[in-house]
Amino acid sequence: MILLVAEHNNGKPSKSALELVQAARDLGRDGPITALLLGQGLTSVANEMSKYAEQVLVADLPELAAYNPEVWAAAVTQIAQEGEAHTILVSASRSGREYSARVAVKLDAPLLEDVIKVEAQGNALQGTKYAYLARVTEVYESDAAVTVVSVKPGAYNPAQPASGAGEQYDVELELPQSRTRSTGKVIEKTTRVPLTEADVVITGGRGVGSPENFSKLIEGLADNIGAGVGATRAVVDAGWRPYGEQVGQTGKTVAPKAYIAVGVSGAVQHLSGMGKSKYIVAINKDPEAPIFKNADYGIVGDLHQVLPALIEATRK
Amino acid sequence: MNILCVIRQVPDGEAKLRINNSKVELDGVTVIMDGMDEYGVEQALRLREAGASVEQIIVLAVGPARNEDAIRTALAMGADRAIHVETDTYLDPIALSKIVTQVAKEENASLVFSGGQQSDWDSQALGAATAERLGWPQVTWTNALELSGETLKGKHDIDEGAETFEVELPAVITTQQGLNDPRYPTLPNIMKAKKKELRKDSLDKYGVTAKLKHVSSNIQVKERMGKLIDGKDPQAAAAQLVELLRNEAKVIA
Ligand SMILES: Cc1cc2nc3c(=O)[nH]c(=O)nc-3n(C[C@H](O)[C@H](O)[C@H](O)COP(=O)(O)OP(=O)(O)OC[C@H]3O[C@@H](n4cnc5c(N)ncnc54)[C@H](O)[C@@H]3O)c2cc1C
Repeated sequence: MILLVAEHNNGKPSKSALELVQAARDLGRDGPITALLLGQGLTSVANEMSKYAEQVLVADLPELAAYNPEVWAAAVTQIAQEGEAHTILVSASRSGREYSARVAVKLDAPLLEDVIKVEAQGNALQGTKYAYLARVTEVYESDAAVTVVSVKPGAYNPAQPASGAGEQYDVELELPQSRTRSTGKVIEKTTRVPLTEADVVITGGRGVGSPENFSKLIEGLADNIGAGVGATRAVVDAGWRPYGEQVGQTGKTVAPKAYIAVGVSGAVQHLSGMGKSKYIVAINKDPEAPIFKNADYGIVGDLHQVLPALIEATRK
Repeated sequence: MNILCVIRQVPDGEAKLRINNSKVELDGVTVIMDGMDEYGVEQALRLREAGASVEQIIVLAVGPARNEDAIRTALAMGADRAIHVETDTYLDPIALSKIVTQVAKEENASLVFSGGQQSDWDSQALGAATAERLGWPQVTWTNALELSGETLKGKHDIDEGAETFEVELPAVITTQQGLNDPRYPTLPNIMKAKKKELRKDSLDKYGVTAKLKHVSSNIQVKERMGKLIDGKDPQAAAAQLVELLRNEAKVIA
């Protein structure tokens, strides 16, 4: 069977869970598509998920209320073994990339990590992924009996519901004690569209000059056109914006329809987080800034003049 | 205690990459110690400097001969000695974690540092896979860390934001931005590093084969349109950009 671990949020499958369903369908390998739900209070998400998968395995346990790598890896491994899964799909979220590596070791299986495409080639699986700060794509092949695959969020379109309802099963698990104690969480909250889901992202760089300018100019434009707000590392390091907004190698990866980089030089570590955007727009006063080589549209000019004009032009 | 720092040597971010025989060709390319791994080497040194009883800080690199440069950098930063498993064979992170595990055991390490995401194969798997093989907990994407007794306390990034944590040694920690500012090796330390022990091992010693087969590599160049608009007249430039966003990119109404 194809086992996929469905992430969920507020009683609903996450977008990434439906993307995994699509990846599983496209694979066209033998056996039912089986979704595994880990957590607590899963009734509504299980009902929703059974519109997409032929089987839904529900592990509704207090020990699974919060994510933990050791516990998640143990749970997925047990289900994979019992169900004789040949392909295990997980979302390449931060947590997914962490516990999938543990699952691969437990199953002595190869890991195709963070793939943008996975295809069956006879009995083998081939996965395509980015490498070298997303400057290269590489294809890797697994011909093992069991392969673990983590799928980059956004790489597949979310699946449409299938006709008929999938069967639901409660599963029992033997879970280890977690050895890492969480002593507090800072949950990122934003009233704007989340960066990774926005159709348009506006990112400010050090050229914006100050936190006040950032609010006025970058957020001002974002408010007018319903965009997500991003920042470069230089801006985050300076303490102008929270880390949750950082785009790049050590921040978030985004691929919106349009990415507007304002006062951003275009360092590779930044490009690796946004280089796959459909259209890239750069606003920079330095015509030699590397960002222009990676832009579809560029305005060579002072952001203190161009941004107010843009805000004016997009005023509702 | 002993600390093991796993490092990789990667092309400089600005280096121009090319493909030869469907592989990335690194001959003649400027290569450096992966910035993500540097945070781990620095943190090991800082734990010692903060008074933890750190006996040895050992650096491990697996890869071709040219990795020696990155190893020397780590030694010049202050690591005590190094092991270089010299090989041209491709090993994926899950396979590589087997070597890291064997070395961690042999060297009696109780803390392993590795970069949060390797900038050559863009993987985050090595730390967690190593922890699983060792039967240890791991904490990934750590950006604050201190040791009190046998307890590591710190902060790291998670899916929903950030989390503070506590974990007992032994453990695997993956490192990232914000953890520290890695030091630059000084000239005297670079000279001293030349005399530090660098053991060369062959891959055979570890009995490891790749779990994945590399099929091909391709340079990703998305052709960008590069339409430049002069910003001297900001109103006209803004109007032109809005027009493009509306009618060509179709992202605003
Ligand atoms: C291991 C590692 C990981 C990293 N990860 C990331 C990451 O995740 N994300 C990231 O962004 N960076 C990352 N970096 C840092 C990266 O290398 C760059 O330092 C950073 O992206 C630069 O940010 P910037 O473009 O805002 O600033 P700068 O490079 O300082 O560029 C500012 C730009 O603003 C322009 N400007 C100034 N004034 C004006 C004006 N009035 N009008 C118009 N334009 C103006 C300038 O011409 C310049 O091009 C990483 C680095 C390392 C080593």
